[in-house]
Amino acid sequence: MFDLTGKCALITGASGGIGGEIAKALHAAGATVGLSGTREAPLQALADELGERAFVLPCNLSDPEAVTALPKQAADAMGSVDILVNNAGITRDNLFMRMSDDEWQSVIDVNLTATYKLCKGVLRGMMKARWGRIVNISSIVGATGNPGQGNYAAAKAGMVGMTKSLAYEVASRGITANAVAPGFIETAMTDKLNDDQKAGILNQVPAGRMGTAQEIAAAVLYLSSPESAYVTGATLHVNGGMAML
Amino acid sequence: MSDIPDRVRKIVVEHLGVEEDKVTESASFIDDLGADSLDTVELVMAFEEEFGIEIPDDAAETIQTFGDAVKFIKEAQ
Repeated sequence: MFDLTGKCALITGASGGIGGEIAKALHAAGATVGLSGTREAPLQALADELGERAFVLPCNLSDPEAVTALPKQAADAMGSVDILVNNAGITRDNLFMRMSDDEWQSVIDVNLTATYKLCKGVLRGMMKARWGRIVNISSIVGATGNPGQGNYAAAKAGMVGMTKSLAYEVASRGITANAVAPGFIETAMTDKLNDDQKAGILNQVPAGRMGTAQEIAAAVLYLSSPESAYVTGATLHVNGGMAML
Repeated sequence: MSDIPDRVRKIVVEHLGVEEDKVTESASFIDDLGADSLDTVELVMAFEEEFGIEIPDDAAETIQTFGDAVKFIKEAQ
């Protein structure tokens, strides 16, 4: 099951914890992977670890021109982009009343606008191929909200509405667009939380633990696979029951 | 140059699965040939490739009929 042999996948944020696991999972299923991210060294290290069928495609998603160029670079390197995983994301947390326009805009730019542009950039090839998988990594806070994350929650909720609209438009062409909404996952981002914060969070998680990046990658693998052809416009919540949506 | 209408017609016939004689000068892709809005985007993509031209989005919106397409491509070349 879940054989991606011959498929080419572009993954943003592949230098991060979740993105790296997504890349590994798709690669293990036979896909060629394009590893995008801002930091080239960890991307290269991951590519070296994966061996064949891995390409490093550095891109700063806050640079609009670089974002526009990325789909073509990926297609040139891999031959096509059959699977797009918009995983890259940044946070600039602040209380609403203290949030600067720059904190708002930078999060919207990287998390939402870059996702839009990358989706748009890969669609032509997918339309022609009559096959494509777009998986946008949203977040539980896009559905529930979170104090201090007005910008991040807006971007992640925006991603869900955008994904649904796109899913409508391209469903008849064999292209699916879905979102995965992680809950609390063990990553560098959540490592910054102190023990009290972690304990507070775990009280709200019926599963009683944080999720792993591999568990997010497994959801992405399913939504990237031929087997998920009839699932589109969905948001797959991977959150240990923290919010049953 | 003179084969532009035939090449355009071939693309339209193949893409929309319509009879060749239905693709008349004034035939509207959407109203007469059963295209949906996404089909029109794909037709424009196919024209761009066939003729090696760029059709900007605002120009693409003006291409509603077979005749529009032929006229635009002739001028673009």
